[in-house]
Amino acid sequence: MKKAINLNVNGVSRTDEVEPRVLLVHYLRDVLGLTGTHVGCETSLCGACTVMLDGEAVKSCTMFAVQANGATVTTIEGLATDGELHPVQEGFWECHGLQCGYCTPGMIITAAQLLERNANPSREEICHGLEGNLCRCTGYQHIIEAVEYAAKKTAS
Amino acid sequence: MPTSYVGQRVRRTEDPRLIKGLAHYVDDIALPGTLHVAFVRSYYAHAKINSIDTSAALDVPGVVAVYTGKDVAKIGPVPCAGALPGLKVPDHRVLATDKVYFVGHPVAAVVATDRYAARDAVDLIVVDYEDLPVVTDVEQAAAGTGPVIHESFGDNIAYKMTAGEGDIDAAFAAAERTVKQRIWHKRLAPIAMEPRGVLARYFPGEEELTLWSSTQIPHLMRTQVALMIGIPENKLRVITPEVGGGFGSKLNVYAEEALLGWISMQLHKPVKWIETRRENIQATIHGRGQVGDIEVAFKNDGTLTGLRYNVIADLGAYHQLLTPAIPTLTGLMLSGAYRIPAIQINITGVFTNKMATDAYRGAGRPEATYVVERALDLVAADLNADPAEVRRKNFPGKDEFPFHTATGLDYDSGDYEAALDKAQQIAGYTQLREEQKKARAEGKIMGIGVSTYVEICALGPSTAMPAGGWESATVRIEPTGKVTVLTGTSPHGQGQETSFAQIVADELGVSINDVTVIHGDTSVVQYGIGTFGSRATAVGGTAVYVAVQKLKEKAEKIAAHILKADASKVSFEGGKYSVTKAAGATAATGSSEPVYPVGQGPAGALPEPQTEGRTGLTIAEIALAAHLAKELPPDTEPGLSATYFFEPKNFTFPFGTHIAVVEIDRETGDIKFLRYVAVDDCGRVINPMLVDGQVHGGIVQSIGQAMYEEVVYDEQGQLITGTLMDYAVPRAKHVPNFELDRTETPSPVNPLGVKGVGEAGTIGATPAIVGAIVDALAPFGVKHLDMPIKPEDVWRIINNDSSRI
Amino acid sequence: MIPAAFDYQAPATLEEAVSLLAGDPDGAKILAGGHSLIPAMKLRLAQPQLLVDIARIRSLAYIREEENQILIGATTTHYQLESSDLLKQICPLLPMCAVSIGDVQVRNKGTIGGSVAHSDPAGDWPAAVIALDADLLLIGPNGERTVKATDFFVNLLTTDLQPGEILREIRIAKPSGRFGESYQKVPHPASGFAVVGIAAHLELNDDGSCKRAKIGVTGVGVKAYRAQGVEAALAGANLDDQTIASAAAHVCDGVDANSDLYASGEYRCALAQVYTRRAIQAAKAV
Repeated sequence: MKKAINLNVNGVSRTDEVEPRVLLVHYLRDVLGLTGTHVGCETSLCGACTVMLDGEAVKSCTMFAVQANGATVTTIEGLATDGELHPVQEGFWECHGLQCGYCTPGMIITAAQLLERNANPSREEICHGLEGNLCRCTGYQHIIEAVEYAAKKTAS
Repeated sequence: MPTSYVGQRVRRTEDPRLIKGLAHYVDDIALPGTLHVAFVRSYYAHAKINSIDTSAALDVPGVVAVYTGKDVAKIGPVPCAGALPGLKVPDHRVLATDKVYFVGHPVAAVVATDRYAARDAVDLIVVDYEDLPVVTDVEQAAAGTGPVIHESFGDNIAYKMTAGEGDIDAAFAAAERTVKQRIWHKRLAPIAMEPRGVLARYFPGEEELTLWSSTQIPHLMRTQVALMIGIPENKLRVITPEVGGGFGSKLNVYAEEALLGWISMQLHKPVKWIETRRENIQATIHGRGQVGDIEVAFKNDGTLTGLRYNVIADLGAYHQLLTPAIPTLTGLMLSGAYRIPAIQINITGVFTNKMATDAYRGAGRPEATYVVERALDLVAADLNADPAEVRRKNFPGKDEFPFHTATGLDYDSGDYEAALDKAQQIAGYTQLREEQKKARAEGKIMGIGVSTYVEICALGPSTAMPAGGWESATVRIEPTGKVTVLTGTSPHGQGQETSFAQIVADELGVSINDVTVIHGDTSVVQYGIGTFGSRATAVGGTAVYVAVQKLKEKAEKIAAHILKADASKVSFEGGKYSVTKAAGATAATGSSEPVYPVGQGPAGALPEPQTEGRTGLTIAEIALAAHLAKELPPDTEPGLSATYFFEPKNFTFPFGTHIAVVEIDRETGDIKFLRYVAVDDCGRVINPMLVDGQVHGGIVQSIGQAMYEEVVYDEQGQLITGTLMDYAVPRAKHVPNFELDRTETPSPVNPLGVKGVGEAGTIGATPAIVGAIVDALAPFGVKHLDMPIKPEDVWRIINNDSSRI
Repeated sequence: MIPAAFDYQAPATLEEAVSLLAGDPDGAKILAGGHSLIPAMKLRLAQPQLLVDIARIRSLAYIREEENQILIGATTTHYQLESSDLLKQICPLLPMCAVSIGDVQVRNKGTIGGSVAHSDPAGDWPAAVIALDADLLLIGPNGERTVKATDFFVNLLTTDLQPGEILREIRIAKPSGRFGESYQKVPHPASGFAVVGIAAHLELNDDGSCKRAKIGVTGVGVKAYRAQGVEAALAGANLDDQTIASAAAHVCDGVDANSDLYASGEYRCALAQVYTRRAIQAAKAV
């Protein structure tokens, strides 16, 4: 039995009918074609699927699309404004915070959340803030530096 | 050679699409009418299949077909390229036929109109299994006793092999001292963040099949899949879109890849399969999986005289592409960074009821480095000597290269002492040892571990490789002056779209923004080997470099002709050919502006370059002239393009020193890094930022192996660590801040002088980490611990309980 | 990765939720943050027929101070608890526990009610609500009732919640006088769940001695429990190192400790003792 949902994704209003079991990540990817949000595990542990839901970073694989009814969602595709990269995106580019890029969208969204809540985080706070995101390529050091870069950039 | 890009921290050109979420991995490609495949996989480790009932599954709305082993008998076996003398090769079918051999073994494939329906139908397929005795113990398998997995072979021994040079028996007979240690290398799951995935589309009219696959080897896969499913190789196109990490796990040809292609040919529809993480841990290759005894003979002064490694390799139930070959790489690398006159490896490869082991970052070399480095620590402990000094004593000198080892290799170049010196200096090694004394006096548990490694990179000369060890490149300049590079490598995070562009931009004196590197499409790129074995830059980058030189030779001829000068009078600088050396020409001034501003370019015919009376021509102007072909020297082919296939004469041998410092919580056994210093020498560096990234990532995978990661099967062959809830991949909070530095010893094997760095971290780091932990626990009488070293293991040592060690 | 099909209802009120639950007592499940349930559904370890989503009932997410009580609505997220300035002042154990849970994404979505009602043996909240001697307000077809947190956790993944009942609110007596609190945890390196988690609430006398201690323990047994042996040893005692250490030694008394790949029962108990001591030390220092 499909349910009607209505949500705002990256500034665009969407209305769809979905089976209740459709995961938010599948709705974003398969229905809306926003494939920047990735799936990396089944157990809510890798963070590749992280999106902003009403301003909070959430794992879109651990949520049904129906639960997002009425919400405002920002995916990686919607993070840059007016073609200008978000400071975290810029930091990842400048500091080589990505290699294969698969964890990157989730990592960037989570890092953006981290900086919204703590404009000047310590290394330890960054690591704590990124606890929900796995990266298998970078060894994290450049990611941490990317977040520090973004923090500095935002402050200036 | 001008160096405005090479050697610089150039931001990656691949990043904008990745950070914006606009890149395309396999599952991001949506073709209309795509069907989705889900697999029924065995939950038994070893069982006979009595029957499979698919009727209920076929009734699920949306289900289009269900295939079992019988239906796909025409598909050839999953290939194994590791041809060793006497190797037993089981008939590895894409779906199980009479028996299942490991948990995760695919039994049936469901095809449905969407992935949800396919998944629902999987639950409705009833397989009647008959439980068979399970083989998980490698020592029992190696002893040739117990139940047999592949009955026709008579036992579970896949092969035995001995290798090495020197008189090993004499070395041990004459030894003043020896040490011996049994060492485990547990199975690891590579866990590329993007699981595997395949999309297959067959056009029945054109009789063309396209496979999008998350692989490291598009061309090798094309050849193998074409043979498996019987399609002409030139009718099969393999595309690797963005690949979300491989680490060797995608250096393979898997059952699912051939099967999806075949299904698409049956159904004339696109079909897609995206691996789940559980499937990934069950049915994507594992790494490592060895247990062996390392023995070293040495003199009272610490000079090494012989080394023997008797090892059992846990191959799993079937061979994947390189399964049996991986332990042979261990054999090659057993000389480490040392002069050892006699070396012998005795390998017994055994079948077990588990997923196949195969190449995982380092692929056999981390095992070798680890046992050699552990042995060196044991030698140092035996002599009550400093582990760094025992190492130093056995290094070949920097002027002894090429250095021949008793494993049959000739190390290209090296200065091992320089790397050790630098690492010790950065770490403040002498002071650290003082601090350790003080810490111990205060009751603290602190340890320092040193690893001085060598690795084999740039795989490799074709004679040493199952399917060619060369690499290919085409460089061409388009009529508008844009430079296209086609590489046979298949980068998936290593950054060669940037580093190859750096090389080309410097050579042509153009902006890096005018260079596009294309890879991973067998219909676009000439045949290539792929990305693995730290080979892409040293072998593939060299192919690019030489192709550019070829292209420039032609460009120079054209330039001379147009400029009406003798070729010997034409020089190239700053992207420009000139008759006389251009005074004050700046290096690489090429602009990123298009040759013709957008909207003002020619409609139809391209404007001919104004060549009359010129004393210089840019490379872009020459490219245009070469395409217009109105003013070419006699007997010159139009166009400006060059292809080169580079065959390396040798491997390259990067090296380095890693120093880890740890402190242990006496009450809990918790291990904390205090320092981590790595000095790596990967030859000449194209982009230091990318090199640092490779080293960081490799070290963290080593931290995973040393402290967290282990694929565990129980005695029944059940996979205990089947999800990321149990299989611990390191997170940001688990890793220290790395202090990196380099020495730079160019390789003579290629004109770029590069060596490769992709696996340095996973090869060099585990011995430093384990060495540090063991060193910390030395006051408790500990000489060795097997990875992963968990807090409980440490806690038991501190509490004088060795029951779990 | 893909759950079995189910029906979904998002009632506007709790009463409506109760009646939906009553309509299908076997097949219906409450969905709040979903961070325990949805992973289980994706692995098809749980296949409910109907999900009743109470997270959309806005009036269920709150942190309020009322007279001498702290009232927490069941669907209050871990992050709301972690970031509550009120709680940091009047009951810091709750934010301390919250911030140790999972990761930021989990804390943004997961709820205290869901975690308590799920009673995962390695969940964090059960230890905290036990240490705070919370009352749990349940609502069901027969109206409301209150259960002591200490009585609520019955067994592995089993609570005193009866079919058709929903956890509505967590009530905690507002700590008064001099007190100290701490939550100390060893997270599993893969899952982030508690290998051991110790929640300590100490009521202190003016001289710093312990009037009364309440210690909640998670990760060690099949369910979270109160370490009565530790509490008894601390009651009325001076909190010197020796007293704390010998009290902490009782943390696993009478408990058959869990054993898994990461930690044997014996090691778990040793960790529990160390972390109990550290929690008490940290709480007394507040």
